[in-house]
Amino acid sequence: MRYLPLTAGDRREMLAAIGVSSIDDLFADVPDAAHLSGLVDLPLHAGEMEVERTLSAMARKNVAAGDAPFFLGAGAYRHHIPATVDHLIQRGEFLTSYTPYQPEVSQGTLQAMFEFQTMVGMITGMEVANASMYDGSTACAEAVLMACRATRRGRAVLSGSLHPHYREAVATAVRFSPHVTVDALMADPGGTEDLARHIDDQTACVVVQYPDFFGRLHDFTKLAEACHAAGALLVVVVTEVVALGAVKAPGAMGADIVVGEGQSLGNALGFGGPYVGLFATRDRFVRQMPGRLVGETVDNEGKRGWVLTLSTREQHIRREKATSNICTNAGLCALAFTIHLTLLGEAGFKRLAALNHAAAVRTAERLAEIDGVRILNDSFFNEFTVLLPKPAATVVDRCAERRVLAGVPVSRLVPGDPDCTNLMLVAATETTTDQDIAALAAAIEEIL
Amino acid sequence: MDRSQGRKSRTETELDAVMTDDSAETAIGHRGLQLEETLSFEQGSPDRCGVDLPDPPKTGNRLGGLARKEAIGLPGLSEPQVVRHFTRLSQKNYGIDSGFYPLGSCTMKHNPRLNERMARLPGFADLHPLQPESTVQGALELIDTLAHWLKTLTGLPAVALSPAAGAHGELCGMMAIRAALEARGDSREVVLVPESAHGTNPATAAMCGYRVETIAADDGGRVDVAAFRERMGPDVAALMLTNPNTCGLFERDIIEIAEILHAGGGLFYCDGANFNAIVGRVRPADLGIDAMHINLHKTFSTPHGGGGPGAGPVAFSEALAPFVPLPYVVHDRDGYRLVEHADDASGTPFGRLKAFHGQMGMFTRALSYMMSHGADGLRQVAEDAVLNANYLLARLSPTVTPAFPGTCMHECLFDDRFLKGTGVSTLDFAKALIDEGFHPMTMYFPLVVHGALLMEPTETESKATLDLFVEAVESLAERARAGEVAYFQGAPRFTPRGRLDETAAARRPVLRWKEPESAEEAA
Repeated sequence: MRYLPLTAGDRREMLAAIGVSSIDDLFADVPDAAHLSGLVDLPLHAGEMEVERTLSAMARKNVAAGDAPFFLGAGAYRHHIPATVDHLIQRGEFLTSYTPYQPEVSQGTLQAMFEFQTMVGMITGMEVANASMYDGSTACAEAVLMACRATRRGRAVLSGSLHPHYREAVATAVRFSPHVTVDALMADPGGTEDLARHIDDQTACVVVQYPDFFGRLHDFTKLAEACHAAGALLVVVVTEVVALGAVKAPGAMGADIVVGEGQSLGNALGFGGPYVGLFATRDRFVRQMPGRLVGETVDNEGKRGWVLTLSTREQHIRREKATSNICTNAGLCALAFTIHLTLLGEAGFKRLAALNHAAAVRTAERLAEIDGVRILNDSFFNEFTVLLPKPAATVVDRCAERRVLAGVPVSRLVPGDPDCTNLMLVAATETTTDQDIAALAAAIEEIL
Repeated sequence: MDRSQGRKSRTETELDAVMTDDSAETAIGHRGLQLEETLSFEQGSPDRCGVDLPDPPKTGNRLGGLARKEAIGLPGLSEPQVVRHFTRLSQKNYGIDSGFYPLGSCTMKHNPRLNERMARLPGFADLHPLQPESTVQGALELIDTLAHWLKTLTGLPAVALSPAAGAHGELCGMMAIRAALEARGDSREVVLVPESAHGTNPATAAMCGYRVETIAADDGGRVDVAAFRERMGPDVAALMLTNPNTCGLFERDIIEIAEILHAGGGLFYCDGANFNAIVGRVRPADLGIDAMHINLHKTFSTPHGGGGPGAGPVAFSEALAPFVPLPYVVHDRDGYRLVEHADDASGTPFGRLKAFHGQMGMFTRALSYMMSHGADGLRQVAEDAVLNANYLLARLSPTVTPAFPGTCMHECLFDDRFLKGTGVSTLDFAKALIDEGFHPMTMYFPLVVHGALLMEPTETESKATLDLFVEAVESLAERARAGEVAYFQGAPRFTPRGRLDETAAARRPVLRWKEPESAEEAA
């Protein structure tokens, strides 16, 4: 077995040094009833070639996004990732190290996470960010729990235009909490909900999405004021982080907590994970934050360096009183995010956002020309909602038969809501070409 | 092997002289291969960019009047600068690729690069989670295959794949337990957790609305069965137990513990962090376990990545299977299908833990690892991991004080009695090991022994590596006994930074870079 360095001779010598006669003696504490005498019923070991053959065969049964005109979004976006990103994150010192508990031999990870925290703060317009969470949806759940701690209140209002998976993840996270309840508004494709009306003296936070699940952009300044007047916090969720290169930062609208999905930068679609959750807030809430934080300090010679800090919030110290049970971040995904955003820089990030917006505008204009098709959005960044004259799930399936990956039927996420049956989310990015747009329009025209 | 390579050829005094000699300072701070690196923000210029993107075509603006006008503050660097920046940062890290990393409870084993290649196949990496099922049959097959391997290895009939990490898996398991208890109208309030448990266990139980009570350990480092039997009652919802436990010991009374728990109406959660010790040799189902998370980043070698991402699938007994969260994959005549909503589910899922279907990239890597080992290789993994740990225990026992008598499983636990009276602490000792070229062991955990040193060598280390490590530990113990306190307190010396001031970092937290104030603003 290529991964196991011990030889039969080593094993004999080591057993002798330990003073036992066989390996079974080292498993003597296992109750007899639980001893497996033979092998479990699984295939035997295989070489690289065989494993590669089997897994490649599975991979070939899928239609990769890059092999078809592709317009899916709804919380996961296909962007071009520079070759440099993957090369750098595969350096063994990044890939194969653990959490930086020994800072003297982890300055690389720590400095990169400090840069990550800084960048997340910059793009969200917030003062402080942590070193990442599992993904956007779990970051959102943590934001609700944090808002409840910070306000000592127990009710969270979730917008109907928040990603349905995020709404479910929040509801699940607080399901057994004795102190927190969730008021999740109905899916709101019409954009008519009045969130301020739902705020009362028990409201810990209002959670909105920007751009929202249907692609619309809202100025939340007034909502933030309404929250603050009632002693509640405003949580803004961003599932397409590239938007922040084009639109006003949530921090500039008065958000108290900004959480997001960072997948769009540096991370592949990967069939849903691993992704990277962003979490940013105001300085005054820093001790209420969940997750890991990297801070600046000096070493014994006064040289600048970095360490994990404020860990007294965390589970390994506080146990059942911790701010969260979380004990990892999404380190390598956060590193990929940081490298991609460093490559882009100020100018590149803004240009990337502009390219995304332009691609979406062109796609929307072309689809609007199709008889019976209507674009619902007044505003959008790189994703918008299309009203079709037929159920969207059927249209999407029939497009797939023509090898066009057309969009996400809203009914996939919001089943059983007649207002959503004919709605399709369509996203375009810098990877979208004019030919892709033409292929999408042609497929839809043919099907309708 | 040339054992003399890298050995000091100078006397101790000569070496100390060099270390304190000002002439050893270089002009700009670099020292040979140790290269200083400033923050990216301190190197950037707004005129530079590391990507070439086309000019955006002229289109209308649909941003609803919300266009961003202010500067963001991001740096501007060319591609070669970015490559050098992150390469230099990587060189300040110690990884498994660099050397021995016996961090107890973390299972720092070799990360095969085949797994990386498999995870990057476009047929897996370039798939959107919401593509029509007809276009992702191979991806669903992979998830189903992984689930089959995990079910076979645990002997448990169901598995939830969506949890993103071990702690997330604990949450998944404990929520299923609470949902199952509530479904039978049972409102038990207490979760029992042994003293030696990972901190995530009590934190998770609290997140599920439970009151946590601690169960004492016996003198041998295992759960005190008598104390447990005494405490078990109709208010106890579950026991959360790590097995092998965090002292590196197999809970030999585990079947009896499960019987007492089940007889009293409670459910059994097992923290599977230490599954590497028993994989392929013992099935958790045969121990009476109802739910156990499996850290794919430990036992199944998906890379730790400097702190994630991980993956923490949870295997469930028949009693808990109906409560498995959404989404999950089913296989029927028409192929593979995702169950994404409660209305389509056969049982009563307790909810959804996160967006989409789980850490697919980790599933691919873990399955690649499992297939490479097979049933025979995985059993050998457990045996070699246990053998390596016992070899370390046996070799070090004359020097370092073992916390408990007898053999261990995949990790060995020592306390700090061997340092008593020397003035050297466990922390100092660990920092000195860094100078010897090793990553330190886990320190001060578990909390049940004083000044704990927990070493987990894993199966991917050779005997020669273990022998060198033993030599280094013995030599350091000798120095400690000889009273060289200053040597330890000054360690590490050969790292990019010396000991860092963690107290100062926490007292006045600086958590991001800020543009230095310009001279006029400051004035």
